[in-house]
Amino acid sequence: MNPLLFWLFSLLMLGFGVSVVVNRNPVASALSLVSSFLCLAALFVGLDAYFIGAIQVIVYAGAVMVLFLFIIMLLDLRAEERRKFNKVAFFGGGLVALAFAAQLIGVLGKHPRGDKPFPALNLPPGEQLNDLKHVGETLFTSHNLPFQVVGVLILVATIGVIVISKRELK
Amino acid sequence: MTLTLNHYLLVSGLLFTIGFAGVLLRRNIIIIFMCLELMLNAANLSLVAFSRFNVGPDGLPNFNAQVLVFFIITVAAAEVAVGLAIIVALFRARQTTNVEDISSMKF
Repeated sequence: MNPLLFWLFSLLMLGFGVSVVVNRNPVASALSLVSSFLCLAALFVGLDAYFIGAIQVIVYAGAVMVLFLFIIMLLDLRAEERRKFNKVAFFGGGLVALAFAAQLIGVLGKHPRGDKPFPALNLPPGEQLNDLKHVGETLFTSHNLPFQVVGVLILVATIGVIVISKRELK
Repeated sequence: MTLTLNHYLLVSGLLFTIGFAGVLLRRNIIIIFMCLELMLNAANLSLVAFSRFNVGPDGLPNFNAQVLVFFIITVAAAEVAVGLAIIVALFRARQTTNVEDISSMKF
């Protein structure tokens, strides 16, 4: 991937991620989340994972975000009013997150195996990477049982959602 | 300047930190849920970067990692559906999405 494009999409993704956290209006947060996911899909495409990039756009930027926006508008959430500011919780949480980021940067600085450029793909001349075929082959040969289990999981989730939303909470 | 695996891991870690900070700092349960999605996606980014970095003897990326990302996206979609249904049930019972107002175990 072109380093310029990598930095462009990474910074956009992180910027929209920050905007998810700091926006007071839930609709603005949800729209920032969509933009962040779209930039992430661009990073996936840059890593030659075209299929993953496509399902990222379809599932996350499409289905999941529609669900989020639908719920926000169903509950009719306004921008939250300013509450009593809990200083201890705010600075404690910020400190934990900053310490986590510092640890992470420290570990990556001492990780020489990852400090190499990405190796080139070895494809037959004149051929494009057909990653959908390979992902499908791996999915249906070596990971067939987990695939079936995920199908059952989605069925259970569908039934569970119906049960949860039908039951009258008193 | 060439891109290395560490660049992707750094970006993925920063995205995870943003989601983590959001879960810790925000009080709106829907925003907390969105930040959980950010953290899942940070994990996906590092998995895809590892997949592309470990080119096998056949000259292709390691597709097992991409299958794992596929599973994560599927499970996350199911999780969002169930979680939002719970939030709607909670809102119908308590008329709030602020986690500080939902502190009792039973009501």
